[in-house]
Order: sequence, then structure tokens, then C-alpha cells
Amino acid sequence: MALVFKQTKQLEAKIDNYLDMVVNGGLHFKQGIGYYLNGQMEDLERCMRDLDSLESDADRMRRDIEALLYLKTLIPESRGDVLGLLEASDRVLNTTAETLAQFSVELPMIIPEVKDSYMALTDASVAALEAMVSAVRAYFRDISRVRDHIAKVHFYEHEADQIADRLKREVFRSDARLSEKLHMRYFALHIEKISDEAEDVSDRLSIATIKRHE
Amino acid sequence: MIWFFLTSGLFLGWSLGANDAANVFGTAVGTRMVKFKTAALVTCLFVALGAVISGAGATHTLGKLGAVNALAGSFTVALAAGVTVAWMTRIGLPVSTSQAIVGAIVGWNLFTSSPTEMTTLTTIVATWILCPVLAAVLAFLMLKFTRLFLYRMRVHLLRQDAYNRFGLIVVGAFGAYSLGANNIANVMGVFVQASPFQDITPFTGLTFSGTQVLFLLGAVAIGVGVVTYSKKVMLTVGGDILQLTPVAALIVVLSHSIVLFLFASKGLETWLAGHGLPTIPLVPVSSSQAAIGAVIGIGLARGGKGLNFRVLGRIASGWVTTPLAAGALAFVTSLFVQNVFEMEVVRPATSAVRWNVEAPSAVDQGLPAIVWAPNLVSQVQEAVVQPAMSTESRGIE
Repeated sequence: MALVFKQTKQLEAKIDNYLDMVVNGGLHFKQGIGYYLNGQMEDLERCMRDLDSLESDADRMRRDIEALLYLKTLIPESRGDVLGLLEASDRVLNTTAETLAQFSVELPMIIPEVKDSYMALTDASVAALEAMVSAVRAYFRDISRVRDHIAKVHFYEHEADQIADRLKREVFRSDARLSEKLHMRYFALHIEKISDEAEDVSDRLSIATIKRHE
Repeated sequence: MIWFFLTSGLFLGWSLGANDAANVFGTAVGTRMVKFKTAALVTCLFVALGAVISGAGATHTLGKLGAVNALAGSFTVALAAGVTVAWMTRIGLPVSTSQAIVGAIVGWNLFTSSPTEMTTLTTIVATWILCPVLAAVLAFLMLKFTRLFLYRMRVHLLRQDAYNRFGLIVVGAFGAYSLGANNIANVMGVFVQASPFQDITPFTGLTFSGTQVLFLLGAVAIGVGVVTYSKKVMLTVGGDILQLTPVAALIVVLSHSIVLFLFASKGLETWLAGHGLPTIPLVPVSSSQAAIGAVIGIGLARGGKGLNFRVLGRIASGWVTTPLAAGALAFVTSLFVQNVFEMEVVRPATSAVRWNVEAPSAVDQGLPAIVWAPNLVSQVQEAVVQPAMSTESRGIE
């Protein structure tokens, strides 16, 4: 039985570390977008490499957690929900890494008038990601707080939608070439996607929480 | 020959193990919180302890219902109950061994024209209602309390899972002990009066009575039933009636175990009597009914949603048919054993006669004073007592 409790503690630590990685991924993403908008390309490249490595580590950690949950037949009743949550969180982290890599590869032309909007959109999307991670942590430790964090995810996702909408309107009313406008819209969509995916995780979480209440 | 007669009791023990172990660990195994092997091992060990240490109380009550006093009679009664339980188990229904044995004893009473002690029968039947109700109430209250506790204590999901597994094994052990203490009466109760075993002393200071050895044998049979056939019923209890969370599974086992313990504990009875409180009858209650009652309590605490009333209906119908089927089978089997095999299923003219020391006037007048000894007597035919006899009890057969 002591072995079971030891394994449980190890697994708790792994899940916490994994969620830390997701939060750090969001912070790296925010930092990277800031560097790009300020034209600090070397810093962007470094940030992108860090994020890539973080994403690979998180993938390994997630697989470890999944294997342990299955091999030790832990939380049989909530296992499906937990695995779903971890995989959905991983998709959010993947999106941050892919989007930052696309900035590095495609070097979109961002007109000065919308730079602040891009940063605000990034802030809102990363805030949604952070609230999502807090909600997932609460699901494990303090189920009464899940609802509060989910409300924050919805709030930031809505804010990201509004900012993206404003940004796209501004872009298409500017004097830039159509190809540049489409490119800027494409990147706005990608940044916005992070908050959408965070919201998907929170939707899964709502259902999982109801099941735990039974 | 004695060993042959005991086989029906052992068969009944096997049936009880196959069926009633599901009530102790069914929810735990059904929710995959405890491995079947662990469940089987703990059940075997603690059923044996419960049977040997605390099995006497409920057995005494069953003995009062009908004094099956011939070995062939005991064989017939246990066989009828065992076949009924095995058949119900085979079709996957959690059936009550208590109801089967009570039905079989009453069937034997009817065949042999032995009187059925109505007070005892009423008490037993009343527990058939009280037992699931009590389990449901306990489960309902415990689930509400546990939810509040977990909500406030903020235990990590994984740690809660580990505590729950540990709890399921500990409470399961308690449940198995209570099952052994309460239900060994069903398996071996009818053989107590015809027990072939003597007291044994394996170590100095530790003596097992013949009855305890008999109970141990019954517990071994229960263990064989657990290992060989209980998995199917465990999965029925665990998942068919209501999808249970692991916490709810723990509460079901705990409620079931408490109820069984209440109806088997001589210590509790003595304590209640000592404090002038009403005592709980020591009756072999239905472990299946306790488990199903607890599952219903959980369902009600969740607002009544998710209860599978079709499966509940099938189980309830089993509760009605079990005693009737066992009674009819005992009657027919007794007829068969007596008339085809020409074996004595009842000792016809047994009486116990003693001087009525509390009414010396009767002795003084040279009149016979006849006192019923319920564990020995089915009917008194005639007893003539000489005034010169000792005032000690003396059985005349």
C-alpha cells in the first residue's frame, strides 16, 4: 500500500510538471510574438527553440502519465476524462509552438497600426491558456474552483474574438496589398485559435467536473 | 456417510461464496478499483474469521425457526437451498441465501409437520424489509457526508483514488468478516445439531468447539465459491443497477457491512441490553438485500436518476421466488429422500424432560413435568417421569 501512495505522489508531481510546461509554453509564445513585433529576430529564434524543446518534453511527460494511469489502473472512473484533458491541453501547447514557428518561417508583414492589436490578441489568448491550466489543476485538487477558472477562460476567449475581429477590420481597411492583408488575417486566426482550443479544454472540463460531483 | 450428508451444506457454502462475495467486493471489482484476485483472497480469509469467531448468534436464531434434527433432513434442507441459490446465481441474479435457507427450513417443517416458530419467522421476514431500508438510509447519509467532506478537504484526485482503494480493501475485509459471522448460519446452521465434530485444541489455551470446526469447514466452502464463480455476480452488482463512482462503491460496501454486522454482533446486543436499549435481533440477514439497498440509497442521494429499475425489478422478483422455490424444493426433496432412499429426515419422537424445579408442587404430587427444549424437540409424544429422577435436565430419545 505504501508503494501505491508513493506512485500516487510521483504521478501527482508529473501532472503538475506537465501543466507547468503548458503555462511556460504560453509565456514563451507571448515573449516570442513580442520579439517578432519589435523586430528582435534572434530572440525570436531562441524563444522558438525553447518552445520546441518544451513541447517535446511535454509530449514525453504526457505519454508517461498516460502509460502510468493505464498500467497501474489508476482512477479507472475518471481516467478517460483525465487523458482527454491532458491531450487537449497538449494540442493548445502544440498550437503555440506551431504558430511561433510560422512567424519565424513566413515572416508576415505586420503594419504598424495593428501591432498593438496583435500583442493584445496574444495577451488575451495566453490569458485564456493560463486560466485553462488553472481550471485543470483545480479539477485535480479543488473541484469547487473549477467553475471560476472556466468562467475566466470564456471571458478571455471572448475578448480574443473581439480583438481579432477589430484587428481584421483594421487590416482590411488599411492600404496594404491584398496578399499582405490575407497574410495578417491568417496569423490573427492562428493566435486566436489558441484561445479557442483553451475553450474546448474548458468545455471538456465542465462535463468531467459534473461527473466527479456525482 | 456423515461426510456425504455434509456435501449439501458445502454446496450451499459454495453457492453463498459464488453469490454473496459479490455484495462485499462487487462494487469494488465492478468499478475496477480492486483486482478480483485481491478481493477473493481478502474475502476467503475474513469470511473464515467471521464464521469461526462470531458465527454463533445468527445460527441460534435459525435453529429456533425449525429444529432440523436428523442428518438426512439437514442434507435435504441445505441441498434445496443450495440448488435454488446456484440456479439464481447462474442466471446472474444476486439472490439471498438467507431467504433460500429460511424457505427450505419452512418447507422441511411443512413436510415433517414440525411447528414453525412464528415469532422467529416474523422477525426474520421483518429483517428482509428492514435490512435493505437500513442499508439505503446509511448509504444515503454517508454519500451526502462524504461529498461534503471531499468538497471541503480538497484532496487530490489521485490521492483520493489511493485512499479509496485502501478503504475498499479494509471495508471489504470488514464486510467479509460480517458476512462470515452473519451468513455462516445459512450454510452450516442446519448441521449444528447433527455435527460430527469434536472440540479440538491446536495450541494450549486455544480451543475450537465442534461447531466452530463445522463453521470453518463451511467457510472453506464459501472460499471455494468465491474463487471459482463469484466474478460474474460481482460485475452485475458493480455495474448493472447503477453506475457507481469509486467513492459510492466504498459507501455501498461500508453500509452493507455495517448492516450485516449489526445483525450478527453479540457484543453489540449485550451492550445495548446493558444500557437498557432495544436490542437488534441476531438474524441471518440477506447480504444481497443489504447491498442492493445501499445501491438504491446512492441512487436516491443522486436524485433517483440513473437507477436501472428493470434490473431492480428482476432482482426483487428473485427475492420473492427464492424462499418459495427453496421451500417447495425442500418439501419435494424430503419426500424423495424419505420414501425413495428410506432415510430419516426427522427424528419422530424426541422430547426433553426434566424436573420442573421451579414448580416443585408438581413433583411433590408425583406428576410428570414436561419442558420443551426447543433445539432438540419437534414434538412430544409421551414422557413419564419417575419422581426418583435427578432434578438435572435429561433428554429422552
